[in-house]
Amino acid sequence: MIAAIRKIVVQLDEVRVEMGRAVEPPTRRAVAMAVIANPFAGKYAENLDVLTTIGEELGGLLGAKCVAALGIRPDEAHSYGKAAIVGEAGELEHAAAILHPKMGATLRREVGSGAALVPSAKKMGGLGTAIDVPLGHKDAAFVRSHFDAIEARVADAPRRDEIVVAIAVTDSGRPHPRVGGLQVGEIQGKDGLR
Amino acid sequence: MIEVRRVLCHVEDIFHEFGPPPANPLRRGSIAAVITNVFAGRYVENIAPFMEELKPLGVTLAKRLLEVLDRPPGAIQGYGKAAVVGADGELEHGALWHSPGGYGMREVLGWTQSGEAAGRPGLGTPAAGRPAPGRPAPQPGNALAIVASTKKVGGPGTAIDVPLTHLNASYVRSHLDAIEVRVPGAPAADEVVYILAMSCGPRIHERLGGLRANEIERWDGQK
Repeated sequence: MIAAIRKIVVQLDEVRVEMGRAVEPPTRRAVAMAVIANPFAGKYAENLDVLTTIGEELGGLLGAKCVAALGIRPDEAHSYGKAAIVGEAGELEHAAAILHPKMGATLRREVGSGAALVPSAKKMGGLGTAIDVPLGHKDAAFVRSHFDAIEARVADAPRRDEIVVAIAVTDSGRPHPRVGGLQVGEIQGKDGLR
Repeated sequence: MIEVRRVLCHVEDIFHEFGPPPANPLRRGSIAAVITNVFAGRYVENIAPFMEELKPLGVTLAKRLLEVLDRPPGAIQGYGKAAVVGADGELEHGALWHSPGGYGMREVLGWTQSGEAAGRPGLGTPAAGRPAPGRPAPQPGNALAIVASTKKVGGPGTAIDVPLTHLNASYVRSHLDAIEVRVPGAPAADEVVYILAMSCGPRIHERLGGLRANEIERWDGQK
């Protein structure tokens, strides 16, 4: 593993009742976060391949942590998302290098499939900065019931020369979805959209 | 009957904090249950009976936390509890958690030398109660220390620092710690978040001396 990990945080959020109505089965969202050293803190580097490799590693590691926290088979995952918070001594492009080139492939291996884009968010931040990780259905981005987000935050990170990397996986959509759109039962799962 | 609206489990592995990484990372965790505050919006004088109703929740949360920590009961070294009361409640509603939170901890972590888990036969792990070699007095039980706590009234997403202490002796300095817990979106005005936290070890680079965990002698929950 190339990533120098200081800390891993895994959260499982289970909603059983929303607006007084039982959610059955409860919606469950997992988010796994790794606090890593930023190898490029404090300096401009043209080539960010090291971070891309770190992203590849973490897509698998954090994806597996989420699936384990949910206690499901990989193919039972519904939606996913990813995000990164870069400490002050880094730059936003460092988040992009982790998230975009290779992370999706290793994450998809952990959730069985994934024709859809893995939605993402990134920002610069300090200790305890929260980021809302967007969530979308893994096989069809247009599934409206699964448009959601989950907050990721590590109280003591990122320090200046660190990056918080987050992966979120669910086994469900929103608690009481009722705004129409493409339904799970209508997924074709070929083009990643519908 | 307590209605649990939402449960948030949190597990963290700390590998280092810029010092020499120990052989085993420190695992800590918390569990937060969001429940409806049945006393929200009005003053109720006699709230104490609700503590009895909260007891099963304390046990359920402690068991679930142990499960997500993926460690045996004997691996737990520190604990703490907390409550965040929504805006239509009062601090005293958070205090309702003192007794049931502690009860839950002892139900899953506690035992006595007679083989009973704090008065509840058949529970606990008496096998773990063997006197440690070299110890002046055998350990008479587990989960002997008061479960340290914090409470506050707060809005959705309020963070609370849950104090952690060694579960058998509050004065063990290496285990004096805290873990931040926060449920995005909760508590709503008519909700309460009840929290339990456990730690599998001391602070990651503890080096400030004081009473050591292997020096506990009095077994009075303090030293």
